[in-house]
Amino acid sequence: MTDFRFPDAQLHFGVFFQGVNHWTIWSHPDSGSQIDFASFRRMVQTAERGLFDAFFLGEGLRLRESGGRIHDLDVAGRPDAITQLAALAAVTERIGLVATQNTTYNEPADLARRLAGLDVLSDGRAGWNVVTTDNAWTGANFRRGGYLDHADRYVRAGQFLDVARAVWDGWADDWQASDGSSWARPDAVTGVRAQTSQFDVDIVPTLPRSAQGHPVIFQAGDSASGRDFAAAHAEVIFSAHGADYDDALAFADDLRERLIVAGRPSDDLRVLPGTEIVIADTEEEAKEKQRSIRLQQVTPATALAIAGQVWGFDLTGRDADGPLPSEEPVFAEPTGEMGSRRWTDPRSIVAQWREVAESEKLSLRETVIRLGPQRGHTGTPGGLAEKFAYWVRSGAVDGFNVSPYLTPDGLDDIVDKLVPELQERGVYRTAYSGTTLREHLDLRPPLTRR
Amino acid sequence: MTVLHLAVELDGDGAHPAAWRRSQHGPAELLTGRRTAQVARRAENAGFTLATFDDALTPPAAGPVGRIGAVERAAFAAPQTSAIGLAPVVATTYTEPFHLASQVASLDHASLGRAGWVVAAAAEPAAAWGRPPVTGDALAREARDAVAVARDLFDSWGDDAAIRDVATGRYLDRAQLHYVDFVGETYSVKGPAIVPRPPQGHVVVIAPDGLVPSPDVALVTSPQRVAGALTFLELDVALDTDISAEERLAALDAHTSWPATGRPRHVGSAAGLVEWLTELAGQVDGVRLHPLVLDEDLPELSARVLPALFEARIATRPRDGASLRSTLGLVRPANRFEVVS
Repeated sequence: MTDFRFPDAQLHFGVFFQGVNHWTIWSHPDSGSQIDFASFRRMVQTAERGLFDAFFLGEGLRLRESGGRIHDLDVAGRPDAITQLAALAAVTERIGLVATQNTTYNEPADLARRLAGLDVLSDGRAGWNVVTTDNAWTGANFRRGGYLDHADRYVRAGQFLDVARAVWDGWADDWQASDGSSWARPDAVTGVRAQTSQFDVDIVPTLPRSAQGHPVIFQAGDSASGRDFAAAHAEVIFSAHGADYDDALAFADDLRERLIVAGRPSDDLRVLPGTEIVIADTEEEAKEKQRSIRLQQVTPATALAIAGQVWGFDLTGRDADGPLPSEEPVFAEPTGEMGSRRWTDPRSIVAQWREVAESEKLSLRETVIRLGPQRGHTGTPGGLAEKFAYWVRSGAVDGFNVSPYLTPDGLDDIVDKLVPELQERGVYRTAYSGTTLREHLDLRPPLTRR
Repeated sequence: MTVLHLAVELDGDGAHPAAWRRSQHGPAELLTGRRTAQVARRAENAGFTLATFDDALTPPAAGPVGRIGAVERAAFAAPQTSAIGLAPVVATTYTEPFHLASQVASLDHASLGRAGWVVAAAAEPAAAWGRPPVTGDALAREARDAVAVARDLFDSWGDDAAIRDVATGRYLDRAQLHYVDFVGETYSVKGPAIVPRPPQGHVVVIAPDGLVPSPDVALVTSPQRVAGALTFLELDVALDTDISAEERLAALDAHTSWPATGRPRHVGSAAGLVEWLTELAGQVDGVRLHPLVLDEDLPELSARVLPALFEARIATRPRDGASLRSTLGLVRPANRFEVVS
């Protein structure tokens, strides 16, 4: 038997409900509403039945565009995260509720209070996935307008978190007046005065700490500065390194080292990569199911849109099931639109696409699928459980944030088939042992409270 | 007979700053989901049409210094109720209109069309936002612009924008998505919204009379009619229980006096309130009651006031599953971007 680095490790599952991209299939007959409360209730209650740690909502502050127009091929339109999670808190008992919220287009007095409200309403089940924005395209929706330089966005995010934590720490633990002479002890609440490069604020906190102290901080940065930010501030990292074992392990080891450098214990952060899980009774069926899912995710129109981002011009009207475009790609300036990113050299990407398409005799659409992100895990319940047990005991991951490919039934297989196999192998809880998100994740108290 | 709509304010432990002293729970219980849901359900069971949730970013001058944000409280109450309208106070002076439109639209989705929005009129703490203070006429400008932006954003999605057209691979119909291109004096907003159009079309906008153009419900402090809106009279209410209303009020005032609210005040019997509300039914479209102590006055309202009004057909209980607009007899607004030619 292998000597594992972490023989007692437990696997943690979260649900990441993205709601704005082509990985959510909307054309399937079982695909339900992306906005009806019933869909969310169904999904969060399924996750809770499966003893998941958290239900996690994404957010984007501008409707996605491609080629200067609203991108119309993918699911879109989702609720405000904190509002929706406050409603879901009323129909769940234990599962964590995590809101993606932007530090560029929020202010700490307001956002820290809203998150604290969710945290106390849910008896300590709130989390905050901290994201930043660096483009004016998003700023066009905001009073604040403008944007931050790429480097400054983490400066602001760090200062934002410091102020938010001070707001959450603003009430003494023994804030109640013992003699009933006043609602709270007169000196129980401490105002927060912050003067930094990004903030000049004077805030009177209106809420005590929740059952878990502070909301749990999630973060998804992957660049060197993003990883350093996570090592300094985050308690869960939502990484993109969850498909390949060596890649996942290297990422987790890198984070462990950065935690030590930041003065924290190496096990102070849970690594929960995003993933997709496809389950069937046999390996062959699972592969076929995955192929069918990919074809529904990457429709002909979506394949042309993705290829258009690589080529740098509109490919609408081409034959997605035919060969790759014969033209050379053009450089496009990043704007903030979807797919607008700092491509290395589009010519080298196109050269790679052509090589693969030629050697494997693939159409454009098949090439997009073949070279698209390796999204996750496909297999039988037993096979996947065996693999995940190995990964978690080896320290490659602490678990996964699962993005279901179908709303709202996309978690059913995982809960009904995979979870029992994991439980049988001793790597998954058989009941919630705590009540707060912090307890589910087996995290220490908040960084300011040790 | 005209129907009188009945709204109730549910913030804190009641309208009096010392109401917490007469509450049947300790201070910590106020700041829980359990209490939030319980009070909303009591108001719904009593038969109120609408519950409102006061709010401010900083604690009030007198009374409990602890408060959960109103949008979060209303959202938590949404799945715990099925007929009553839920309207949080949302501030407009320094908040981002794009966020607040998303929040109240989401409340409308979560409550299946029972959301309102009480536009805050009180001054907000500039220092907490780190912004230069906005004062005087500029306060009304910010409220007006925020409501205009929110309404534009509600309409920035057509009702059937998610077309799911498998043949062309399109989930959205671009023709039903609209840039709002709002340009005000101090900021602009591009749009469209990130939240689909609320079930009610527009969330019901409730505002003090004169603060913003064409609210759905105008709040007034003396009986009158406001053109183009439903008019709700604000009333402070202290009822006789085992103890007379005067004595109850005096006992609370001995701790902290109830500051003048500008609202007419009924301090007395349930029968007297029924009589007054019956008179008002011809003069205004509704009332918003501010009970002295929620734990004491809400049961009296529930047991002695609302049943009498229902019996006399002065008021009606909202139907399960009805939208707030339909309960109030308000039309579902047409979409300003979809002009029928």
